[in-house]
Amino acid sequence: MLYGAKMAWRYLWSSPGQTVLLIAGVAAAVFIFIFMSALIGGLAELLVNRTIGNLAHVSVEAPDRALPVLVQQPGRQVLAMRQVSTRARLGLSAPASWEKILREFHEVETIAPKLVGGGVLIRGDVTRQVSINGLRPGHESSIIHFDRGMVAGSALLRGDGLLIGKKLADDLGIGVGRTLTLRADDGNETSLTVSGLFSLGVSQLDENSAFIEMGTAQALLDRPGRVSVIEIRLADLYAAPAMARRIHAATGLDATPWTDTNEELFEALKAQGNTGSILKVFAMITVVIGVASALMLTTFRRRSEIGIMRAFGAKRRFILYVFVLQGSLIGLAGGLAGAVLAIAALSPFPPIDQVQPGQLPVDLRQGAIGLAVLLTTLGATLAALLPARSASRLDPVDAIQQ
Amino acid sequence: MSQNHDQLLVVTDVHKVFGSEETATHVLKGISFTLYRGEMVALIGASGSGKSTLLNILGTLARPSAGQVMMLGKDLTDADDETLTDFRNHHIGFVFQFHHLLPEFTALENVVFPTAVREGRERTTAKERGTALLTLVGLDDRLHYRATQLSGGQKQRVAIARALMNQPELVLADEPTGNLDRASALQVMELLADINAESQTTFLISTHDDQIAARCSRQIVIQDGVIDA
Repeated sequence: MLYGAKMAWRYLWSSPGQTVLLIAGVAAAVFIFIFMSALIGGLAELLVNRTIGNLAHVSVEAPDRALPVLVQQPGRQVLAMRQVSTRARLGLSAPASWEKILREFHEVETIAPKLVGGGVLIRGDVTRQVSINGLRPGHESSIIHFDRGMVAGSALLRGDGLLIGKKLADDLGIGVGRTLTLRADDGNETSLTVSGLFSLGVSQLDENSAFIEMGTAQALLDRPGRVSVIEIRLADLYAAPAMARRIHAATGLDATPWTDTNEELFEALKAQGNTGSILKVFAMITVVIGVASALMLTTFRRRSEIGIMRAFGAKRRFILYVFVLQGSLIGLAGGLAGAVLAIAALSPFPPIDQVQPGQLPVDLRQGAIGLAVLLTTLGATLAALLPARSASRLDPVDAIQQ
Repeated sequence: MSQNHDQLLVVTDVHKVFGSEETATHVLKGISFTLYRGEMVALIGASGSGKSTLLNILGTLARPSAGQVMMLGKDLTDADDETLTDFRNHHIGFVFQFHHLLPEFTALENVVFPTAVREGRERTTAKERGTALLTLVGLDDRLHYRATQLSGGQKQRVAIARALMNQPELVLADEPTGNLDRASALQVMELLADINAESQTTFLISTHDDQIAARCSRQIVIQDGVIDA
């Protein structure tokens, strides 16, 4: 169909003004598409970074065991009842096996087991209640990004190392290299050396948490070989609810997506994403209407030529091809021009993690540039179908006599 | 000329009706004739007599309401659009009153069109033939001129070259000189007569100009949709 392509090209450039205008219109729509994708993606990333950036996307835990039912017996009365979850106490045994299973899900990006317990940090007569978190060495920053918020020392944990927030350290009046005691709720104690201080901007982490090496935590909390939770980060955080369901179905373990604990944020991000999608759809509709109307005009203007082509043996599919290809070329050229424009205009924006208050959080990587060019080319091709179809169905006699 | 193998086109009782019922217009009312290979025939008639409608039917651009059109022994009456398009491309050339060249294309590109559209590209062999045809019609110095840069007579000569490109057995010319001045008209007729004599291509030329008709070997007169014996 080289000859059809030549005709399409020649027709396009027979009215350079109209073609350039059309391409410019398509480029503007593509620019809006990419800008909206980059802005909404950047905004979402900023919000996520600042709110759930240090949370797991899915938390996998042992299922709650059914508590024994107290049966009322004649002549006897229950005076007091205490419900105790067995999950927190037992945790998951053989975490490596579960991790192996979880790694089979290709959406999973990072897996980090964690052992959680309660305790008190003691320095002299100063004590602070903390949540004890046992992390596997080498995976300290898999879920919580200590590496991005270190103030002093290192985020890497060794046997007696302790990672705490700068605020908590200030409360205790200590710094890196100092030794203090961590006492678990059940009375076990260990002596630890502060190896790193962080400031993540999350009060729960900065003021009330202590991070230690997994083996140390298992010994301190008296749970050898066990973990409380396996935390997972996904390539697509919005896939968390579906992923949690799949993990539960596959393993029988409790899998909680981040959306269950941050429902409002999730809804807000969804609404924001939907708004962006609507704007993008309108940008595409503009492309389709623009290309369709311009090509309708072109086919009308070229009716007699189409009639002549048909008279000299051009088949209907040849005419269809010539006019559809014009639409595709306009879409492709406009798409590429819009993409280049967007890259040039959005490149100067700083990366999301360096956005200052008042700056637009534009993330060009989320601009869906390839998708924008592809959708535009497809949209323009589809838009060209209607006028091209009507051109291919012209009665040659009517067309020639026009 | 009366032998069957010399018959190129056999038209039998062709009718053409436009519209339906009360608004129906009966344009052709039982046309029958035969064209033989190598003939140059004038189709004479006043405006509105049905000449163009008949040429459109013979050129497979329109279908008869009734009757039969046989060309090269093939019944074209009920053939589908794809078959007719192929048939036209291989066996029929057209010259219209208004040249109808593709304005964005050069003279050579216009001439080559019927072959290029069939082969999907402009092969060198096609370009060579197109050049030869343009030389034949006296336009070898205008090969790469755009259609819009040519005079009316030159355009019509390009249209003639285009009609001959695929070496068709039949060329249908609808008032080919109707839009030209007297001198150009005579030149075009001279050209058609020369080509007819040299290539044995059959020409059916519609005209209402007696002088033009007189240059043809035979005349078919059509009046009010019937052939005037």
